[in-house]
Amino acid sequence: MSTEPVDQKALFDSVDDVATRLADVGYIASTAVATTVFLADRLGKPLLVEGPAGVGKTELARAVAEATGSGLVRLQCYEGIDEARALYEWNHAKQLLRITASQGEAWDDTRDDVFSEEFLLPRPLLTAIRRTDPTVLLVDETDKADVEVEGLLLEVLGDFQVTVPELGTVVAAQRPFTLLTSNATRELSEALKRRCLYLHLDFPDAELERRIVLTRVPQLPEALAEELVRIVGVLRGIALRKAPSVSETIDWGRTLLALGLDTVDDATVRATLGVVLKHQSDTERAVAELRLN
Amino acid sequence: MASPVVHGGLPAHLVDFVGALRRAGIAVGPGESVDAAAVISELDLLRREQLREGLAAAMLRRSGQRAVFDALFDLWFPLGQGAALGEVALPYTEDGSVDVEALRDLLAGLLRDGDTAAMAELARAIVDGLGAVGKGQGGQGQGGAGDRGQGGGGRGSGGQPSTWSAYQALNAVRPETLLARVLADLRGGADAAWDSPFAEEVSRREVRDRIASFRRMVTDEARRRGAEVRGREAAARTGVPKQGDRVDFLTANSEQLADLRRRVAPLARHLASRLAARRRRARRGPIDLRRTLRRSMSTGGVPMRPAYRRPRPGRPELVLFCDVSGSVAGFSHFTMMLVQALREQFSRVRIFCFVDGCVEVTDLFGPGSDLGGVMAEITARPGLIAFDGHSDYGSALGRFREGWPDVVGPRTSLLLLGDGRTNYRDPNLAVLGDLAERSRHVHWLNPEPQAQWGTGDSAARRYGQVVPMHECRTAAQLAGVVSGLLPV
Repeated sequence: MSTEPVDQKALFDSVDDVATRLADVGYIASTAVATTVFLADRLGKPLLVEGPAGVGKTELARAVAEATGSGLVRLQCYEGIDEARALYEWNHAKQLLRITASQGEAWDDTRDDVFSEEFLLPRPLLTAIRRTDPTVLLVDETDKADVEVEGLLLEVLGDFQVTVPELGTVVAAQRPFTLLTSNATRELSEALKRRCLYLHLDFPDAELERRIVLTRVPQLPEALAEELVRIVGVLRGIALRKAPSVSETIDWGRTLLALGLDTVDDATVRATLGVVLKHQSDTERAVAELRLN
Repeated sequence: MASPVVHGGLPAHLVDFVGALRRAGIAVGPGESVDAAAVISELDLLRREQLREGLAAAMLRRSGQRAVFDALFDLWFPLGQGAALGEVALPYTEDGSVDVEALRDLLAGLLRDGDTAAMAELARAIVDGLGAVGKGQGGQGQGGAGDRGQGGGGRGSGGQPSTWSAYQALNAVRPETLLARVLADLRGGADAAWDSPFAEEVSRREVRDRIASFRRMVTDEARRRGAEVRGREAAARTGVPKQGDRVDFLTANSEQLADLRRRVAPLARHLASRLAARRRRARRGPIDLRRTLRRSMSTGGVPMRPAYRRPRPGRPELVLFCDVSGSVAGFSHFTMMLVQALREQFSRVRIFCFVDGCVEVTDLFGPGSDLGGVMAEITARPGLIAFDGHSDYGSALGRFREGWPDVVGPRTSLLLLGDGRTNYRDPNLAVLGDLAERSRHVHWLNPEPQAQWGTGDSAARRYGQVVPMHECRTAAQLAGVVSGLLPV
């Protein structure tokens, strides 16, 4: 709250503006998505998006960046990611070269020189904060990172500033639009969640999904898309290990298109079910329950 | 942050709403309230869905809270007062009562087309026309929907019903019985045949889902109308569903069980990933000379970042010992879900089930096995029941010790699941103590409330003195136990 960047222009005018501009770049947003994106921008808070894989969490960041003409900076989290990968690192090799090259110089000069901008390797978080152009910062799969990294994110996302001991504190010239995604494999800490707006992105309803599929696979006949969405909806009702996601529906549409099929009959479904269901046991189960054999 | 610009009673109303959320078990702090106020000042209050999503974004922190939030939001920010009817009107017969047959035709048409918006309006009309309980009937006349929608004043005192019943309204319409008719419509007449069993099955499930969602609409609407009569505080206390992870295992209904199943899988993944994380971390210990030298190449041969030898991955062995007797039926279903999820995550799990005998059932939990079938197979296993089929922990532990003496070793974590109700028989504490001594960890998960431990035939307190016992009645408690247990 203290270091509010001045005169930051809002990215969007209204919730409807969000929806239209995202649709222009091929992302069909539900009311929930449009509202939270609008609010995240207006309130200057990071947006934490949780939900099953393949519902378009990462895609949302890309769409926001494209719709607002911002640069996308992406931090992919993984187990064992640390400050050096997320924030910044000193270029040791170059520093050593500099030291060996400066034989005879006073140590104080060398030291100050070695810890300067030139030898800093900015990583995604620092990059996003130092950018002066509009920026979308995507912290992907936050739940994969260790708990210590959350502490780091807290500092960065709370005040949008980073302290490099040798250089001082870098304050964001322009508050990046920040989006964190999580597959909810573990609970993120309360402190991190409190600093974010929360959006649970679930499977869309049939109408929305049909529009999404038609946007992503424009050549697909409308009736076919509707049929696919119906079947996927039914599949989600069965207790499967991995329920098919929107991305699977889109893949299915592409598959049928590539095979040159324009109707979905039993044989087609049986042959292409592997596109939608990713476990053998799921396929067997669906075949049995939907009487496909 | 911009100070929220709100006027009149809105801040107070918001605080009131926050209070209701807290009473329903959603922890909304002052910070979230401030965010919510900021949300309200940014949004167009006439767009109700946007307000709903905006408040949810500011106040909720996990997905399981959404159902509770939605129900309370509907109470505190209702769609309208009174009937609030739309385009869809109920058909009436000449004598002024609702024409149920015509109504069913109407509903069947909507179910066939899957017209959600019209279904929602019909749900409102049905509650208004058929759901009134108490003095007089809610619908006062044969007039069309239009004038009754505005006729809120007319219903002031005279025909005010004492409450609204979704049960009564649904009983009159009986949407489930429309399934066959809608399906017949869909296949194009009663005599027509389906293209294939698959097409039939897809349609059947689709229509069934629509009927279920229609029932939910009617229930929600009845709750809203009831809140007007009884006050929303009362409605919030009784009519709002529990959060999924606070549902008691022993009393969960089928819908809640399905919800639990979804929660258990991530929990097991969580368990596994925390174990893996611990295995890989190496910040101290012996230096790995080869990797340190290799790393120093980039810094001109000066070893700036030492590499440590990776700790030997200890392969955790998990032994599960589960009570599957009748007294913990609800729990054991849940146990099975947990067991299956764990089985997929750990390479070395052995699973034992017992009533008064004890059998190993590890082989039944292959990848992707069907839980319903597994339960039946377990009960059919010879040896599970030794005498009379009443749970006897002492005898089961004894048999486990005798039959599989080498299963529990110094690297084993033993997890016992059961209520410790041993029908006044010898609890056999010595065997449990021995197992606890030989294994690396022992934990007992008890689905009974702590207050009931040690009452009646429960030996929970006595077992609890030998091994750590955790109350584990809900998914939330299980999550707490799992994170407390770890790293194993």
